[in-house]
Amino acid sequence: MTITKLLAGAALALGLATSAVAQDKTKVGFVYVGPVGDGGWTYEHDQGRLAVEAHFGDKVETTYVENVPEGADAERVMTQMALQGANLIFTTSFGYMDPTINVAKKFPNVKFEHATGYKTAENVGVYSARFYEGRAIQGTIAGHMTQSNVIGYIASFPIPEVIRGINSAYIHAKKVNPDVQFKIVWAYTWFDPAKEADAAKVLIEQGADVILQHTDSKAPQAAAQAAGNVYTFGQASDMAEFSPMPRISSIIDNWAPYYIARTQAVMDGTWESDNTWDGIGPGMVGIGEITDVVPAEVKAEALALKDAIAKGEYHPFTGPLNKQDGSPWLADGETADDGTLAGMNFYVEGIEGEIPQ
Amino acid sequence: MDLSAISPALLLASLMVAATPILIAGIGELVVERAGVLNLGVEGMMITGAICGFAITIETGSPAVGFVAAAVGGALLSLLFAILTQFALANQVASGLALTLFGLGLSSLLGQEYVGLKPAQTPDLHIPLLSDLPFLGTVLFSHDVMVYFGLALVAAVWAVLKYTRVGLVLRAVGENHDAAHALGYKVVRIRVLAIMFGGACAGLGGAYISLIRVPQWTEGMTAGAGWIALALVVFASWKPWRVLLGAYLFGGVTVLQLNLQAAGLAIPVEYLSMSPYLITILVLVIMSADRSRAPGSLGRVFHASG
Repeated sequence: MTITKLLAGAALALGLATSAVAQDKTKVGFVYVGPVGDGGWTYEHDQGRLAVEAHFGDKVETTYVENVPEGADAERVMTQMALQGANLIFTTSFGYMDPTINVAKKFPNVKFEHATGYKTAENVGVYSARFYEGRAIQGTIAGHMTQSNVIGYIASFPIPEVIRGINSAYIHAKKVNPDVQFKIVWAYTWFDPAKEADAAKVLIEQGADVILQHTDSKAPQAAAQAAGNVYTFGQASDMAEFSPMPRISSIIDNWAPYYIARTQAVMDGTWESDNTWDGIGPGMVGIGEITDVVPAEVKAEALALKDAIAKGEYHPFTGPLNKQDGSPWLADGETADDGTLAGMNFYVEGIEGEIPQ
Repeated sequence: MDLSAISPALLLASLMVAATPILIAGIGELVVERAGVLNLGVEGMMITGAICGFAITIETGSPAVGFVAAAVGGALLSLLFAILTQFALANQVASGLALTLFGLGLSSLLGQEYVGLKPAQTPDLHIPLLSDLPFLGTVLFSHDVMVYFGLALVAAVWAVLKYTRVGLVLRAVGENHDAAHALGYKVVRIRVLAIMFGGACAGLGGAYISLIRVPQWTEGMTAGAGWIALALVVFASWKPWRVLLGAYLFGGVTVLQLNLQAAGLAIPVEYLSMSPYLITILVLVIMSADRSRAPGSLGRVFHASG
């Protein structure tokens, strides 16, 4: 037996072995923008991953890479995962949109799921949660709770998802408190605790007594706690350790059911590119406990709003609504369509400042 | 736009807080580089200091003990770098990068149990009379002790480097290690001590973030502050007071741009966001137009046989 034959035989055996393993185990990869321990956005995605493991046991193998920058580096990580035999890859940040599409082209047999984006392909599906539904409830509570009528908002990047949140919170705060004013700070990061803390402190110094955040760490909660009489909301995760004050409620992402369903679809061979956008109704968006710091009637109003949204009786973007420049957007009773919401790049009337373009 | 919403006193006060982590880490790295060693592991040592300080503060309830632990943690990690580069003669750039990666991983491992806890508060000093002064009292005399420690450290490093024999020897080692060796100075020993000093400072800087500025433990929470500190040293032309200037500029513009955003200033946010980096680099580059240069032996491997 020559060495070449021996090698070929070994390679064949290896190939058989790996394909055998690949057949009885579905490999699922996750790409995270922050650390698993951020206590917010990435933490909840990882809870989803753990739920997949718990649900399927030995039938799946999950891997994840955390702290992956949005951009070329993400492409490298996804390629690596695909080469290592992943069958399904979840890419969990908006900035992974183009990298996901690029890598998906090279690996037509691997399924990709991109969170919060809008570009799909044969083997790329997108999914997102209707956070803005939760923001409507936050806005209602915030509008009631503010004494100074100044609500601070720590925004991350000027993308539709963040802008929708600002608009939804503003519309509902304004509805219960016509004098309310939003101060918006763009942090240009998803995760930088020191910067988020600075932003929160600045907003508090400038009179805000309710802070909403669209960044991933708990630093703003700590800053609010240090300041004393400032209210916050848990972002993406419950952040319950800061309740009952300053955290008076939260928006919780629950990715587990979706991740399990999509993994199942890959196992069954029924996976198809989809565009899932679920909210409070199907349970992808949860509202964390509203603490006793909030007056009972405000709590009841918030919960009623939650029920109405869950049942589909109320849409957070219901006319009459104008755009910031005063031009009409939605007529009385008209609701926003998903296409407009997905690409939202304008403030509604009443919000001050400009969206960075 | 409502600029009256910005309080100059609070702005200047938060400037000092925002600048302190990079100031302390930067001044430590300055000493390391003046000794001729380039340690790119500042970020890793900062985050390790952040978790060491945080964990020990939780366990003992004393931020003071926590800060000491942070310095020890940072110094221990830097010892690893010292062994690699001074005894195993490994490449300093690669070892420093490895140290950052290692520090990030180690800190998340150490931090598993500490997510979501709250550390004991570090009290702000209240100096009778001085703290009660209008404006100046808020700006200068009502901070936590670490802010003043950072300032004192800059002064001490400057004085030691400029006026003492120890400083002279350290600079000699950094400028020309062969000549220093020929004169009988223990190049490796001096460098190891400098590296450990740098590690301790980075650890303190990191702990300042986890114990005072944020205060909580989150993985990866230094989020690049170590790299800023590294860059500061270079742009400050290896001069202590310029590191102070750079750190305050950076901290100041960072806080100012958030303030301007919140006040609704009509400057595009992108420009405001990049302004801390831009202004700091610009000022320090203009200042370094004099004949200052890097230490002669910076980043070069030393072996007594050479």
